[in-house]
Amino acid sequence: MAEKKQHILVPAHKKLSEKEKEELLKKYNITLKDLPKILAKDPALAELDVKEGDVVKILRKSRTAGESSYYRGVVNG
Amino acid sequence: MEEIYKEYEDKLNPAMLQEIRANVPEKISHEKLKQILDKAVEIYDGSKVSPGECIGLIAAQSIGEPGTQMVLNTFHFAGVAEMNVTMGLPRIIEVLDATKNISTPMMEIYLKKPYCDGGEEIKKIALSIKEIKLKDVATEFSINIADFTITITVDEEKIKNLSLTVSQVGKAIGKFSKNLDIKTEKNVIVAKVSQKGESINTLYKVKEKIKEVSISGMKGIKQVLPVRRGDEYIILTAGSNIKTILQLEYVDAERTITNDIAEIADVLGIEAAREAIINEVKKVIDSQGLKVDIRHIMLVADTMCVSGKVKGITRYGVVSEKSSVLARASFETPLKHIIRAAVVGEEDMLTSVIENVMLNQPIPIGTGLPGLRSKIRK
Repeated sequence: MAEKKQHILVPAHKKLSEKEKEELLKKYNITLKDLPKILAKDPALAELDVKEGDVVKILRKSRTAGESSYYRGVVNG
Repeated sequence: MEEIYKEYEDKLNPAMLQEIRANVPEKISHEKLKQILDKAVEIYDGSKVSPGECIGLIAAQSIGEPGTQMVLNTFHFAGVAEMNVTMGLPRIIEVLDATKNISTPMMEIYLKKPYCDGGEEIKKIALSIKEIKLKDVATEFSINIADFTITITVDEEKIKNLSLTVSQVGKAIGKFSKNLDIKTEKNVIVAKVSQKGESINTLYKVKEKIKEVSISGMKGIKQVLPVRRGDEYIILTAGSNIKTILQLEYVDAERTITNDIAEIADVLGIEAAREAIINEVKKVIDSQGLKVDIRHIMLVADTMCVSGKVKGITRYGVVSEKSSVLARASFETPLKHIIRAAVVGEEDMLTSVIENVMLNQPIPIGTGLPGLRSKIRK
């Protein structure tokens, strides 16, 4: 599993703490439901301890902006 | 210096900061640098898409127009007869519809250091990956109705090339079904069928099934082709099975990729699938000598991946997620949607474009987006 994380197609995933999550939702004035979603069983999250309701920060290597961050809310099913 | 750059990290994106950093002279005064950065922020903010801009529509047109100029065929790989790749419009449709079974799945397998130098090893690896079915090595299948047996004559030469033995082949067949009793003798395999309700019919059915039994290699990989890319050798395959391939020790699990988006989503996750969609669409557009801004493709890929699963731009995928009944009905199969909505008692909040166009109302786009709020003086 460890080497899968480094696959060129998979960007770094990071779990946000409760505090960071609140700040993010406040900054954009949204609720958790408005965020794009990621399944809890997603292979890229295998090593992160996430559950429904968490927010994952994704550090994408962007072709236009160098690096960009994207957020996804974790959902089941 | 560094503190000034840090201050602007929120306002400019990393690529821009880097470019400014690289082009600004070393001995610049703090004031000048601030001026430059402020100007950059101004230009950057001016170039951002304004709220209410219908970016989806623009993306659709920007991809759709070059689509009309694309070729409509599959290309063949030089030198190998059975290997071809879907390109052009059919491929774009395949990717954007998120088709589960794509017409020409392919993998590019990168190998770890000693294996990628192109020695004898690579040939062996390639052959060991390729799926060999029994019918590929057998020369003759015959059935004996009297004692209910199937006799398979195999080509010993071919089996030797695969570094297998006849008894191993026999075992592979035996694994396929419990009702088979296998006996091997030189290059002949005799399989006795001991199924209940024996009839010639079952015997024939078993024979056909046995033909498809795979005796070596990875499931689904029909053709292998070691080729040189840059200064290393990689293996191209027709057929895709990235899950098992990535677990092989001699495979470089970082760079090995497949063109099957559904498989990538399963094995590497939704973010990898998004990246793969962008790569695949861009590859087709570039190969046709056309130019489409990458941002349009990124938007489409993002839309397909919002829900955490890859959804195609079809009435079963992205469109079915729309909240408005009228918007769904306007895409495909209108009657079905309207009748269903009537039965369930759905409500349409008229928050998007198409439903408002239908009802002859201002659409929430551009200047139609903001509402007006004012205090009434008492």
